[in-house]
Amino acid sequence: MAIGRMLGALALGLVAAASLTPVSDRAVAQDQTEKELEKFRAMLKADPFANPGLLDADRGEALWKAPKGEAKVSLEKCDLGKGPGVVDGAFAELPRYFKDVDRVMDAETRILWCMEKLQGFNAAEFKKKPHPGGGAPVKDVGAIATYVASKSDGKKFNAPVSHPKEKEAVEVGEALFFRRQGPFDFACATCHMDPGKRIRLQGLPSLSAPAEAKRVVGEWPAYRISNTHVMTMQHRLLDCYWQMRIDKLDFGSDVSIALTAYMVNNAKGGDIAAPGLKR
Amino acid sequence: MRKISVAVAAALAIAGLTTLADTSAAVDAAKVEATLKTGWPNSNDEWKKRLDQDETMKVCSATRNNPSKEQFKAIEMREKATIKYPEDGKLMGDWKAGEKLAQSGYGMRFTDYPPKNPNGGNCYACHQLSQAELSYGTIGPPLRHYGKQRDFSAEATKALYEKIYNPHVAHPCTNMPRFGSNGILTIDQIKNIVALLMDPESPVNK
Repeated sequence: MAIGRMLGALALGLVAAASLTPVSDRAVAQDQTEKELEKFRAMLKADPFANPGLLDADRGEALWKAPKGEAKVSLEKCDLGKGPGVVDGAFAELPRYFKDVDRVMDAETRILWCMEKLQGFNAAEFKKKPHPGGGAPVKDVGAIATYVASKSDGKKFNAPVSHPKEKEAVEVGEALFFRRQGPFDFACATCHMDPGKRIRLQGLPSLSAPAEAKRVVGEWPAYRISNTHVMTMQHRLLDCYWQMRIDKLDFGSDVSIALTAYMVNNAKGGDIAAPGLKR
Repeated sequence: MRKISVAVAAALAIAGLTTLADTSAAVDAAKVEATLKTGWPNSNDEWKKRLDQDETMKVCSATRNNPSKEQFKAIEMREKATIKYPEDGKLMGDWKAGEKLAQSGYGMRFTDYPPKNPNGGNCYACHQLSQAELSYGTIGPPLRHYGKQRDFSAEATKALYEKIYNPHVAHPCTNMPRFGSNGILTIDQIKNIVALLMDPESPVNK
């Protein structure tokens, strides 16, 4: 309901911006459009409990605590980096190096690993279609990630960059962020380097700039109104490569983890406000 | 006071340099390429090939789109050689078809196979063009009145055709795709987009 009202208000606002704009003045038109978009963004944040993503966080909590698999165990023995079963604040310190796998993992990759190890979950099968289609709810792994992220809500990003592999993930992530490829010659940086840019009407955060990374990275996983489901960071990165005309990014690959490590490192000290609510 | 600010500035400059040096020294290009391969283990060769970079993309990535003078010149020369012109010598097509191409973002995503439509140019994603379209992006410069501002000249028309075909000739390491050279748009499609910008009757010039 609230979301319907917001979208309605946005549409009205844009029409108003169009009709009030002097025909000759491009700068004014731009300014009006930005003002209306800013109103829309403020409305999205006005009532935190209007976020449908909270339902997925609840679903994720139930999934985390439910005994599953042959061993009939829950994920409450899963070590997200702060010890087995510690969920509070764990997301704020991910991605991080895990000795048991000798690699850096983000929240989603670690959750899937725990589901496989503790519950015998078929991770390979899951990776064939890890993300929901339009209109379908976020998959269980994503719902659990939403729950885990929500348990760091209000905390500040503080992922460790002390282990050599953590440092390497951030550095490789940075290089990948600027690496151009595909038939359109796009890099992540093509859209997400310069501040204050838009694609069509959609504002583009400058993720290489700490100030802006701090403001937005902590909003993921986020409920995407246009997709009517929660989108996780793994899904969001796949979506970016889709736009770059590259094939489906492998869930939990080192590419996805390095890019996440780079963005989270840029967002160090920024507030986590997950799940967020996006256009 | 002045001494202090100079000292602070010097310290900041050193800190800045150190940060830059740390990053560039630490990143091993081979490591980056090896990591890249983990991202698409199940893709077929055609899709894997899309991850390969030609010389221009290598230089643009490595320099963060700020090529040196020599690199700039090399890109210009190399990319210029890829431009093909219409056989009949006419650089302008139909602006109405051009407007449709400017609106369409269809094509070349993994969800676009087998293709159901021709590829779009998606100009509005990054540029303002006709006044009526409010939903335009700002990654590229606004192009309203493009032809009018250039007196609809033949030189400007040719320069525009070349810019759409391969924008790295005029702007090495630009964000804009090489629509002609990379086979995104056909010569006829490019002509229609040229018309959208250069035809006096096009809404872009109204």
